[in-house]
Amino acid sequence: MLLTATAAALMLLQQAPAEGTDWDAEFGVEVKQRDPITGELPVDPYDQSNANAGATPYDNARLVEAFGGREGIRRIAARTVELSEADPRIAAIFAAHDTVRLKRTLGEQFCYLLGAGCDYSGRDMRTTHAEMGVTKADMNALVENLQAAMREAHVPFAAQNRLLAKLAPMSRDVVKR
Amino acid sequence: MILAASNLIAIAGAAMPIAAPQPALPDIAYVSALEPPLPPAPDDAEQARDGHSMSDPEHGGELRPDPETPPRIAGVDILAGGKLLLTNGVTTVEGSSGGGLARWATIGGRQMGGGIGLSAHATAIELADYGWQSYGVMLGIGDRVELSYARADFDTREIGALLGIGEGYTFNLDTFGAKVRVAGDVAYGETWMPQIAVGIEHKRSCNGALVQALGAVEASGTDYTLSATNLFLAQSLLVNATMRYTKANELGLLGFGTAAGAGYNLQFEGSLGYQLSRRAVVGAEYRSKPDNLGLGDDDWMDLFAAYALTDHVTLTAAFVDLGSIATFSGQRGGFLSAQVAF
Repeated sequence: MLLTATAAALMLLQQAPAEGTDWDAEFGVEVKQRDPITGELPVDPYDQSNANAGATPYDNARLVEAFGGREGIRRIAARTVELSEADPRIAAIFAAHDTVRLKRTLGEQFCYLLGAGCDYSGRDMRTTHAEMGVTKADMNALVENLQAAMREAHVPFAAQNRLLAKLAPMSRDVVKR
Repeated sequence: MILAASNLIAIAGAAMPIAAPQPALPDIAYVSALEPPLPPAPDDAEQARDGHSMSDPEHGGELRPDPETPPRIAGVDILAGGKLLLTNGVTTVEGSSGGGLARWATIGGRQMGGGIGLSAHATAIELADYGWQSYGVMLGIGDRVELSYARADFDTREIGALLGIGEGYTFNLDTFGAKVRVAGDVAYGETWMPQIAVGIEHKRSCNGALVQALGAVEASGTDYTLSATNLFLAQSLLVNATMRYTKANELGLLGFGTAAGAGYNLQFEGSLGYQLSRRAVVGAEYRSKPDNLGLGDDDWMDLFAAYALTDHVTLTAAFVDLGSIATFSGQRGGFLSAQVAF
């Protein structure tokens, strides 16, 4: 009984850490703040160029229409990312990345490649996928999710394949093992 | 004081079980805490494929490994799938991944790198005078190697009597195949770069005495193949070309080479397919064949439609024109094949 009381007294005598200790500073953790407007995490500066999109764009108004214009393309890209985040095969890859930014840049990339008049502001495929360890099976899973998103948006199959035709050669920069 | 101490201990004790079984996905939980709520999914979006509901931000942190995760033995995924639909092809009359008649550079089974896959098929061909049945199995190793075995039974029906070998005489052929992808990918990589594979097909006729009586010099032989298959996505077009170095007579059903000295020669197999959807392909094939025995061994062709009923089951129907077989011409008819692949 005495022992318990002593132990309890010692525990209570311990100095509690000051209120409002900045533990991140204490342990040297850098917390990136999301942009209050876009909700994106900051990235290191890089040269922006449409060449980073990884392929030359189509020039075909009917193709753009098949994808529901810029807004349709943006939604398909966002939906592809959403489906992939919920896909047990590849969710872990997306969990470690800023998918808010990814939805925007992927939408820009599709929009640029389909010739819908966007500029691509993201990084190039080699840089963005470096050390991600993406396999061909992962890429297949992403393609299936993109196909599902395009089906939901009622994009005709031949038009779906036109977009995939621009993306398929990028496997050389994306697939690493 | 004592009360306070025991309270503390009780609190500490109560805290323990909460801390112990933390879900093993800390980084996902971390991100979901930082993540602002997802924008709502598009209104007109249908249920995601296979009945998965749309991704829900509230449950983003609760991703768990798929309960149906296939077994992984010694670092190899067993029957885990991973190939894009139809990129394992269908099964040829010789049991290889390909079209119905032509061998392709595709690798059978649905596995990808680091996985093992299996595939089985059964094919029936009804011709004007003959009947064909074949069935077999395929083992796929990674996206690299395919091993296959197929048995073909060729029923001569009434022609058997006319040929003097007996009505309903059936030729049987065993084919052991191996194929290795040496370069490229049917869908990925440079647009112009096909998937390229080399392979062999070792065939053993079960009718040795008869095929030798018909003029063949051997009852078994080996074909060597070089295949290039490419999917031109922008056109939804699949193109295949295969060179086959062979001495087989009617695929080997009538033996190999001739006593008169005919041996190996180079033959061509070509396929064109148009993708109607993720699940459906229609196309045509052509396969040249030697006429070593002088029995009117003709080139073959077909018009086919293949449909992936599910991720695992593919049905192929074709109109085939096999020309003349054993001097009886006009051997046209229907081809039906079912493939189950994992």
